[in-house]
Amino acid sequence: MTSQAHHQSAMAATAPPPQHSSMPSIGSLVRRPEVGSLIGMIAVLVFFSIFGGANFMSAGGAASWLNVASELGIIALPIGLLMIAGHLDLSVGSMVPASSMTIAILSGHYGLPIIVGILAALGLGLAVGFINGVLVIRTKVPSFVVTLATLFALAGLTLGLSVILSGSTSVALKSGPTAKLLFGDYLGGKFEVTLFWWIAAILIVGFILNFSRFGNWILAMGGDAVSARNAGIPTDRVTIALFMSSGLCAAFVGMSQAILYNSAQVAAGQSFIFNSIIAVVIGGVLLTGGYGSVVGIVLGTLTFAIVNQGIFYTGFDANWASLIIGVLLLAAVLMNNTFRTMALTYAPRAKSRAR
Amino acid sequence: MAAPLLRLTGINKSFGPIDVLHDISLEVNRGEVLCLLGDNGAGKSTLIKILSGVHRPTSGTMEMDGRSVAFDSPRDASDHGIATVHQFGGTFPLMSIGRSFFVGAEPTRRWGPLTIYDRKRANEIAVTEMRQLGITRIDDGDRLVGGLSGGERQALAIARAVHFGASVLILDEPTAALGVKEAAHVLRIVLQARRKGIAVIFITHNVVHALTVGDHFAVLIRGAKAADFRKGEKSREAITDLMAGGEQMAELEAEIESFSAADDGHAPRGASHA
Repeated sequence: MTSQAHHQSAMAATAPPPQHSSMPSIGSLVRRPEVGSLIGMIAVLVFFSIFGGANFMSAGGAASWLNVASELGIIALPIGLLMIAGHLDLSVGSMVPASSMTIAILSGHYGLPIIVGILAALGLGLAVGFINGVLVIRTKVPSFVVTLATLFALAGLTLGLSVILSGSTSVALKSGPTAKLLFGDYLGGKFEVTLFWWIAAILIVGFILNFSRFGNWILAMGGDAVSARNAGIPTDRVTIALFMSSGLCAAFVGMSQAILYNSAQVAAGQSFIFNSIIAVVIGGVLLTGGYGSVVGIVLGTLTFAIVNQGIFYTGFDANWASLIIGVLLLAAVLMNNTFRTMALTYAPRAKSRAR
Repeated sequence: MAAPLLRLTGINKSFGPIDVLHDISLEVNRGEVLCLLGDNGAGKSTLIKILSGVHRPTSGTMEMDGRSVAFDSPRDASDHGIATVHQFGGTFPLMSIGRSFFVGAEPTRRWGPLTIYDRKRANEIAVTEMRQLGITRIDDGDRLVGGLSGGERQALAIARAVHFGASVLILDEPTAALGVKEAAHVLRIVLQARRKGIAVIFITHNVVHALTVGDHFAVLIRGAKAADFRKGEKSREAITDLMAGGEQMAELEAEIESFSAADDGHAPRGASHA
């Protein structure tokens, strides 16, 4: 009430700022920093549509890159939030197989109910995220180093425990129809159900970043951690929550992969480390923190998946995919910098008013 | 007479064996600008950090309105109404003006079952508060802070402090990185804040800026208060000499003058080989 009253009086004291029409002008659209990622995605889509032929644009072709995008996307979203807050999480590369092995050993090897395996796998993700967060806060060591350490520690732990418990580095998992339907099925024989989980994750993370106070705290922490703390933001709690969310999401992907493929391998998942960072950076998130958007992260993930899968539909040797991704990454970063600079140059609407 | 809004008595601060501040006593009243002058390394930043709750003094007392206070954290200091604005505004260049203005105190509204950040209201208030400080160029709170000039960022930070009810406003070298026009604008905003009854502590090493807005002056030299005087009691030259450590400044000026006379305004030839 008081702030409302204050607001009213403040508004009365001076003329209210001019209202803008709800339709954004082309100029302001171009100044949106996601434009770079959008152009990048359209470019690769057009490129592979031309060279990939009809198969690439068929439902089967779309499914191949959407499936890759949905698995990567579920991990890239929390990684993006972490990067906006000024942190990195490399441990997702070990979290994915650790979670797969957890559910496969508990529900496959020991035959416990599938729900036990699911909860244990997700709980492990939250626990590893919590440890990452606490280590980063307490030691003040950069999160790159901390999560590099947990990446290796967790990989070793997964390998060691898997061999001790199951005597193998690959464990079969048979799950019931409900678990299959929820986490490991193909819709129409082509589209993985993780696609829906990705859409749900996009909506949740989009809400957090754009419409919650928490989102503002994430942006502020990445912009200037000291000022953010001075402004009263509980930076430690935010950091731990973000690491827990990336652990949870990586565990979710590992868990659903085990259910999808009916087995788990110790060595799967390392590709997620760099792929998630690439997707997020192509999407315009600043590696040093302070800037990024969910739209951008989604576009970056799609771009990566299109290149990664589109190459198989062209006549080119698939080995060239990495070259394309490397060039694309560099081009995307340069383009994103340009659009960010454009977003920063302030051009007032009333051109007649001299500066 | 009522107790001053903020009074420091006998503040000392040492970091380990190094004494940074000796026996600093200062007071500042409502609607008054206290200029804290001093050369680099004189202890100005340490004093600000004590005032804003970053450091605790080794000894000495702080009082607000006659009551003894001790700040555990910057948050604690700002809860007591002390706001600090740093040279570059302490703002977030890649955040929107509205978001940056309300960081840590975001307005919210209900949206169905959810509580969401009220972007529209945040933008309106931020733009209105900046307009009140004479920044009329900004009409869209969605713009990024990085698009503002240095002076506008200072204005944003000061507007923020005023909006959240600061009673003591600490400005750390607000004009140091600004051009002449922008600096003049910031000085005008300082006077506006003073008129609202805010006690302003203005840290600078620019004597001209200090004399323009200051009511009360304190000069720090090597961690000690070397002088404490009111407006009109000392000339600009006298203050400059004090800050630079006495007569050296006059000597330096004389030396420069003799160079100019002897070498037609150029540095003396052969000086670098000498």
